[in-house]
Amino acid sequence: MANLNDFAKARTAQIALRVRPMGVWLRRGRLETLIELLIRLSGVSTIVIVGLIFLFLLREGLPAFLDIPLRQLFGSRWYPIEGFYGIWPLLVGSLVVTAGAIVIAVPLGLTTAVYLGEIAPVWQREILKPLIEVLAGIPSIVLGFLGWVALAPIIQSLGAPTGLTALTGSLILAYMALPTIISISEDALYAVPKEYRDGALAIGATQWQTIWRVVLPAARSGLAMAVMLGIGRAIGETMAVMMVTGNAAFIPDLGLDLPLHPVRTMTATIAAEMGEVAQGSLHYNVLFGIGIVLFVVTFAINLVAGRLVGSVVRRRGGQL
Amino acid sequence: MIETDDKARRGTAWIAALLAALLALAALTGCASRAAGDTARGAARAIQNKGSDTLVNVALAWAEAYQKVAPDVAIAVTGGGSGTGIAALINGTVDIANASREIKSDEIAAARAQGIEPVEFVVAIDALAIIVNHHNPVDRLTLPQLADIFTGRITNWKEVGGRDAPIVLVSRESNSGTHVYFLEEVVRLGDPNNRDIFAAHTLMMPSSVGITSEVSRNPNAIGYDGLGYVTAEEKVIAVARDASSPYVLPAVETAADGSYPLARNLFMYTAGQPSDEIAAYLDWIRGPEGQAIVKALGFVPVTEN
Repeated sequence: MANLNDFAKARTAQIALRVRPMGVWLRRGRLETLIELLIRLSGVSTIVIVGLIFLFLLREGLPAFLDIPLRQLFGSRWYPIEGFYGIWPLLVGSLVVTAGAIVIAVPLGLTTAVYLGEIAPVWQREILKPLIEVLAGIPSIVLGFLGWVALAPIIQSLGAPTGLTALTGSLILAYMALPTIISISEDALYAVPKEYRDGALAIGATQWQTIWRVVLPAARSGLAMAVMLGIGRAIGETMAVMMVTGNAAFIPDLGLDLPLHPVRTMTATIAAEMGEVAQGSLHYNVLFGIGIVLFVVTFAINLVAGRLVGSVVRRRGGQL
Repeated sequence: MIETDDKARRGTAWIAALLAALLALAALTGCASRAAGDTARGAARAIQNKGSDTLVNVALAWAEAYQKVAPDVAIAVTGGGSGTGIAALINGTVDIANASREIKSDEIAAARAQGIEPVEFVVAIDALAIIVNHHNPVDRLTLPQLADIFTGRITNWKEVGGRDAPIVLVSRESNSGTHVYFLEEVVRLGDPNNRDIFAAHTLMMPSSVGITSEVSRNPNAIGYDGLGYVTAEEKVIAVARDASSPYVLPAVETAADGSYPLARNLFMYTAGQPSDEIAAYLDWIRGPEGQAIVKALGFVPVTEN
C-alpha cells in the first residue's frame, strides 16, 4: 500500500510539475533520490573500475621495472626464455604498425566521409552507409585470416622477403579503423550548419572551396576525434596483427623498406606468451609491464587528442 | 483496482514458491543420482590433458581409442604448447601435461613450491623435420650449417649451395617444446655452455600450421616441425651431424635406429604418482595398442628404440 501511495504522490508531483515547476523541484520524491543515486553510482563505477585496473596493472607489472635494470628493459633483444627482456623492439613494432595504419586509414577515411557527407547523391549514400557498417561488424580475427591467406602473398610478390610484415598488419588495421573514422567524421560534417555552406556558395565559392575552406575547418574537432578513436582501435588490436606481422622481435633499420620487415607488437607478445608463464615469475611481471607501457601510450594519445580537440573548440568559439 | 493487484501479486508469489520447491527437488534428486553413479562406476570426472601441439593429434587419437577400452573414463585433450601444459600442471588445472621437451629445472622448482612432484612418462619418439619450399634447390644441410642459419651467421642461401636469396627463418613461439628442443640441439648444437639464440629476425609462428603454410608459399623460407605435421606441400631436408657424416632423411626407421640426428622423446607428466585411473591410461598408451596409434600418425613408437 505504501508503494501505491508513493506512486500516487509521484503522479501528483508530475502533474504539479507541469503547472508549477519551481515549487515541485524543491520537494523531490524518494523515487527521484533513488534514481539519482543509481545514476551517480554508475558514473562513479567507471572511475573506480579504471582505477582498479590501473592499480592491478601496477601491482603485477611494477616489479618488472624494479627488478630489471632500465637499460636492459629498454634493450634491443626480446627473448624471455633466456632472460632477454628488451621491450624496445616491441614498442617500435607497435608504433610502426600503428603509424602505417594511420597513414593509410586517415586520408582514406576522411575523403570517404567528405564524399558521403558533401558530394554523394542521396541514393549512393543509402547504399554506402550500411555497407560501411557491415565493414565495422566484421570480427577482427576474420580480417586477420584474410590478411594471412590473401594479403600476405600479394605483399610477398611486391619483393618483401616474406608476406608477414608490418605493412600487412597496417593494411588490416587500417581496414579495421576505417569504419570508425568514416562514421564519426561524417557525423561531424553533418553537424556543420547548412548556413555555412549556403553562405560560402552565395559569395561565389566553388563546392571544393566550400568543403576545403569552410566545412572541414568547422568540423575540425569532430574529425580529430574520429582519427583518435580510429587510432585507439588500431593500437589495441591483437589477434589480427599476431597472424600477419610475423612476430619477429626485430628492430628494422630506418628506410623506405621499413614497413616491409616483420615486427612483433606489444599486444601480440602479451597474447602469445601469457599462457606459458608461471604466475609471479619475472616473465609474468614483464608482460604486465608491457601492459603498463601500452596503457601509458594510449593514455598519452587520449590526452593529446583531448587537448587538440579542446583548443580547436576554444579557438572556434572565439571566432564565432 | 487495488484488490486485483493484490490478487495478482499473491498469484505470482504462489508460482514463485512452487518453482523454488521444484528447483530444490530437482537439485536434491540430481545430487542423489550423481552420488549413486559415482559409487557405481568410479569418479565421473574427465581426465584433463593439455600441452604440446606436437603431441596433440596423438593425444586426441589415444583419448578417442581409449573410449572403447574404458567407456566410462572421459578424457579432455587440448593443445597450446609444452610450456602451457606444464604451467597448467603446476597451477593444478590439468591431470596430465603433454610435452615435447623435458621439464625444466625451474619448472620442477615451481611445481615443488606448489606441493606437486611431476612424474615423467616417455610416450613416443618424434623426428624433427627441417623443411624448405619445393622451389628451393637446397636438399641437404649439416647441423653446424643449420646452427649458423638460425643464429643469423648465414643469411643468404648461396652460402649453403642455394640461390642468391635471403634466408627467411620460421620458428614456433618460445612456449613451444619444439622451439626449446631446436634451440638446445640445433642452435646450440647440444652444448650446454653455448648461449647462442635464434636470430632476431626469426618469424615466430603461433602454430605448427603457421610454419608449414609459410614454408609452402615462401621460396626462401626454412622452418622445422614434427615429422607428423609435414605435408607434401613442403620439402624435407636431409640432415647430417657434421660434414663428414652421412645425410639422412627423417623417417620412422631412421629415427628409431638413431641414424637421423634430430629425434627426441615426447613426454607426459602427471602431478605426483598418478591415480589408478590415470595410471591405467598411461599403461595403455605405452602398451601395444597405444603405440600402434603412435606409428599410424607418423611418430616413432617407444618400444622400437
